[in-house]
Amino acid sequence: MEIRPIISTLRRHKLTATLLTLQVAFTCAIVCNVAFMIANRVQQVSLPSGLDENVLSVIHSTGIGPDAETNPWAQHEADLAALRAIPGVESVVAVSYALPLNRNEWSSGTCPDKQALDRAMQVMSMHGTGCIDSSIYNGSPGLIPTLGLNLVVGRNFLPDEYVLGQKTPPVAIISQALAHRFYPGQDPLGKEMYNGAKSPIRVIGVVKTLLRPNLHGTGTNYDSIIWPQKPNSPGSDYVMRSAPQNRERILKAAKAALLKVNPSRIINPKYTQTYTQIRAEYFQRDTTMIGLLIASALGLLFVTALGITGLANFWVGQRTRSIGIRRAIGATRGDILRYFQTENFLIVTFGVVLGVLLSIGLNLLLMQHYELPRLPLWYLPVGAGMLWLLGQLAVLAPALRASRVPPVVATRSV
Amino acid sequence: MFSYYIELALRSLKRTPVLTALMVLAIGLGIGASMTMLTVLHVMTQDPLPGRSAHLYYPHLDPLPTNYKTDPLGTNPNQNLTWPDAMALLHAHRAVRQAAMAGGRVLLWPQRTDVQPFYVDGHYTTHAFFDMFGVPFVEGSGWTATDDQASARVVVLTQTLARKLFGAANAVGKTVRLGELDYRVVGVTKDWAPKPLFYADASAQFYSDVDQFFLPLSDVLNSKQLDGDLRVSGNISGWSDSNGDNLRDPSTTWIQFWVQLDTPTQVATYRQFLVDYSAEQKSLGRYQRPPTNAKLYSLMGWLQYENLVPDDVKLQMWLALGFLGVAMLNIVALLLAKFLRRSGEISVRRAMGARTRDIFVQFGIESALVGVAGGLLGLGISQIGLWSIRQRPDDYAHLASMDPSMLVGTVMLAIVASVLAGMLPAWRACRVPPALQLKAQ
Repeated sequence: MEIRPIISTLRRHKLTATLLTLQVAFTCAIVCNVAFMIANRVQQVSLPSGLDENVLSVIHSTGIGPDAETNPWAQHEADLAALRAIPGVESVVAVSYALPLNRNEWSSGTCPDKQALDRAMQVMSMHGTGCIDSSIYNGSPGLIPTLGLNLVVGRNFLPDEYVLGQKTPPVAIISQALAHRFYPGQDPLGKEMYNGAKSPIRVIGVVKTLLRPNLHGTGTNYDSIIWPQKPNSPGSDYVMRSAPQNRERILKAAKAALLKVNPSRIINPKYTQTYTQIRAEYFQRDTTMIGLLIASALGLLFVTALGITGLANFWVGQRTRSIGIRRAIGATRGDILRYFQTENFLIVTFGVVLGVLLSIGLNLLLMQHYELPRLPLWYLPVGAGMLWLLGQLAVLAPALRASRVPPVVATRSV
Repeated sequence: MFSYYIELALRSLKRTPVLTALMVLAIGLGIGASMTMLTVLHVMTQDPLPGRSAHLYYPHLDPLPTNYKTDPLGTNPNQNLTWPDAMALLHAHRAVRQAAMAGGRVLLWPQRTDVQPFYVDGHYTTHAFFDMFGVPFVEGSGWTATDDQASARVVVLTQTLARKLFGAANAVGKTVRLGELDYRVVGVTKDWAPKPLFYADASAQFYSDVDQFFLPLSDVLNSKQLDGDLRVSGNISGWSDSNGDNLRDPSTTWIQFWVQLDTPTQVATYRQFLVDYSAEQKSLGRYQRPPTNAKLYSLMGWLQYENLVPDDVKLQMWLALGFLGVAMLNIVALLLAKFLRRSGEISVRRAMGARTRDIFVQFGIESALVGVAGGLLGLGISQIGLWSIRQRPDDYAHLASMDPSMLVGTVMLAIVASVLAGMLPAWRACRVPPALQLKAQ
């Protein structure tokens, strides 16, 4: 294929060709970055929580009235018994309020050892001392099996290790991520953590994955600790484990059962949810954003394809006579087809080269203003390949039309 | 002449229906996406209290210790005031009007037995709140300065809540049981909720939260029910380890404070007052940071500082504008090809006496027509876009609809965009020399 005549033709349409090149470049830049944003969000939305989410449902109850504060744990025990009696409920636990992805966070600065605590006390800040702001979960006995947490090292809590209400327990189970951050390369079992200046908390087990109630950013999303602490305030979340298809029914039955045990309570339907709903609600903005990003990327590609087709159609119409002449002096249909395909390839190539630079620039801009991570380089060749393909597809119909121009056109006057 | 150009343009557009449709579609998509996002941004940044907002200011003090690490992106304790600071500003009476406030949630026991007790959201505040913000009353009025001093058990309800509790009957003079105590209703307001709810704490849902009641702040703070059935619902942040939960603690912030200042002199005087106050506190050893950290934000300035528009929305807007940009490039290229193809026609018209200006106007009108059609299509697309946003559970979603100014703006944007896009091609077209083309034929 001879490229020289194509280039000289393009020179005669310098402005139009430049505009199309620019359009391809901007499309390439935007689509590459949008694709990267989509990938980020998808990764975010599918972060594992460590829980068996599809078999869990949660109901929140707040005791009201003059007696609500007297002995909340006794009330919770009665509630737990009533919930356990619902047919289909395999197990149930009470937690104060914090659960992965439910946004009710209880986080507290925790230090891996006494030295770190002393350092932190000295500078009145956790920054750079080894202490980490981590999420603390509590719950009645049976929390780990009910939630379906995977205890990889150590043991579960013993009955006499449980404390009530606001008290700090002597032992705790931590997530694997926190174990790696606190005690890199060491055995976390038996290590003594400090939460404020109180007595030490001994690590007795490690769970594989346990996401926090709120996501704080990569690297800190799994800094979680479980305390053997029974909830002891009027408000409590009950987590029930059952077969997935029974969850809606069980939530209804749970509300009735709780009101039967004690009607002096408020059960907000907003906090009566299956875990699937809790996750969907947490990531609702991200799912909307994914939809919007996909729609705009497709829209852009569509508009660009339209532009390529439209312009190619025009050029074919404009050059009908010269195509006829070329055909008359011996060019085959394939030659004509390839001519337009090559022309398109050249324009898209210029566009893509410029587009790759623009992609990087745009990514730098986004990193500055929207805390987006750096665009992995492999997105660029993929994006370029996609635009080449799009260009070829868009030009195919006009190019085929051009190849069907009969040689006899050359002999006709305009 | 104008109608002749329109006729010419229509004829030309009809000659290439596919290309015309492509251009209209491209600009329609670009305009539709852009206007959807611009409308969302428009409703999110609108003035919550037109007419009054220009006189409302938010004093910002900085009682944080020097070594406290503030988060440049998140909310910091010094966005709210401590109880001692708020009371000092309140009792100084340096502004035309001033009020301290905090979000609250109370447990309400209806007298009607058929309604279960429920939690309602509202604000704890001081008496000037109602006059300063111009809260419209249906019956009764707000409470008085004396009620504030006496920590009187009075309450102002909104119409919706009053109807729910007392039906159509007058509510003023009746009592409402909050937690375990009775409160006397002194006023019923119209359902009033500025969008955004500018006076709320940073943790609020600014576009969907609605206050259903107002209680005297002094009563709430003295109440034994505080933290029981009466709760503060905003951020409560402390930085001393002595007693973080005590709301009177001088190192615990939780109060929002607004002042009304009518003239620039009053604003300047008040700003100086804040600096002087901070200097005084510093000399007393309470403050550590420079007194010039004290600031006075205008209402719109404060909303900007609070950064209510989520990053996602801004990103969506830039994406939409990028889309429009690419669509415009697309149209420029197509119009250029189209106009230059008509070089023959142009040169005939030029040879017969048309000036370059006439050619320019002719093609300008043709691109404007594409713009009008694209604008109308864009209007439809943006209505679909806004409808789909309204279906989302986001805080601001229910506000996403166009007012007349945005409707006109949409069509204007489309026309401006397409005329701009047509400018270069029209300019190129009008430079076609008359004779050369004729010869080539």
